[in-house]
Amino acid sequence: MAEDKVQLLGYWGSPFALRVKWALKLKGIQYEYLEEDLPNKSPMLLELNPVLKKVPVLVHNGKPLAESLVIIEYIDETWTHNPLMPKDPYDRAKARFWAKFADEKCVPATMSSFTKSGEEKEKAEKEARENFKTLESALEGKPFFGGEGIGFLDIAIGWLGIWARLVEEIAEVTLIADDYMPVLSKWFKDFLELPTIKEALPPRDKLLVHNKGFREMLMGGST
Amino acid sequence: MAKSDVKVLGAWPSPFVMRPRIALNLKSVEYEFLEETVGSKSQLLLQSNPVYKKIPVLIHHGKPVCESLVIVQYIDEAWASGTPLLPSDPYDRAMARFWAAYIDDKWFPSLSAIAKAQGEEGKEAAIAQVAEGLALLDDAFAKCSKGKPFFGGDKIGYLDIALGCFLGWLKVTEKMTNLKLLDEMIAPNLVGWSERFCSHSAVKGLMPETHKLMEFAKMLQAKFKAPPS
Repeated sequence: MAEDKVQLLGYWGSPFALRVKWALKLKGIQYEYLEEDLPNKSPMLLELNPVLKKVPVLVHNGKPLAESLVIIEYIDETWTHNPLMPKDPYDRAKARFWAKFADEKCVPATMSSFTKSGEEKEKAEKEARENFKTLESALEGKPFFGGEGIGFLDIAIGWLGIWARLVEEIAEVTLIADDYMPVLSKWFKDFLELPTIKEALPPRDKLLVHNKGFREMLMGGST
Repeated sequence: MAKSDVKVLGAWPSPFVMRPRIALNLKSVEYEFLEETVGSKSQLLLQSNPVYKKIPVLIHHGKPVCESLVIVQYIDEAWASGTPLLPSDPYDRAMARFWAAYIDDKWFPSLSAIAKAQGEEGKEAAIAQVAEGLALLDDAFAKCSKGKPFFGGDKIGYLDIALGCFLGWLKVTEKMTNLKLLDEMIAPNLVGWSERFCSHSAVKGLMPETHKLMEFAKMLQAKFKAPPS
């Protein structure tokens, strides 16, 4: 595919752009990265993702795609070497189910523990911890969700190992409790240490400052 | 394949339950439908979907699959020799997945919001959102169908199923608000499409009659003050 033109519109601090970057890296796809200056969204972004107006957007030979998990499956189906999704339909269903669970259950609870206070915060923290614990069962004794090596589900969820830890530090909560979920905790560490994964990570200190500021803004002043 | 190898746990009013049933019909797969009683959850449901405890659940050779769109894709892949539900081209497949996600994440919640809205202003805002969404989906139909009768082209596909399952509840909402939402002015393409979808052999027997859904909605409103989601 020497004539392929691939562009990724992203934001350095976006975990959703990051998981698309991981997919592109794992497939060895050459692409042009375009950094969006959020919240000053570029005309290009608004044109390519008029429905949701968000990053990431993948543009392949001029055709735009949005929604990171949709993009990752597209990448997997277009560049078929190093497959990310399992082969078996039942395993594929499980991968999609758990990716959805993480996005719909782990993420909002993590966000709430980050932005709320008092009783609401405590409740969200507990809920997030339980949801992470549930996620642990999906490993089914394997080193990675993809089996011996990483796959779709690893890259769909792995970013939480960074962001949830940031939330833990800034909001002073415990989400990925090492003693309560040792297997998941180990998986996060192992996944984030992989060279291909580690290389793409945004600088942690920059993320810390950025998210502290984000929290202050959401909570309306000093915390 | 024996009928007992494939089971669907569900309930007749649920649009999400319709999705795998339409998919199985399109694939000409016989299945056993196990109706859950509204208001209670069977042991089988709790065992098969411990994470969400929700319908629909597909049980194939004893193995459960949950989440309606995950199930539809599973059905497409497990019975790959049957009529394909997703397009063959990766970009078209991505578009179908994108719009199905939009429907579940944005459009259907906006539909549910109408009944839950507080006051006239809230209701009007919710209605406007649904109409806006329908206009976007109408546009998507033009792009995806490429002049053919369905989102999937000549045949009903993944995106038809994803949206079409809500047509019964859309009609209920129209009756309850006394407004035409699926309208020539808002979504001209979808008006014709909805008639074709509802009269399709794979859908006809599954689409609940509007008056039955109305009764069910009223019963729920009395109980919980909101339609099911």
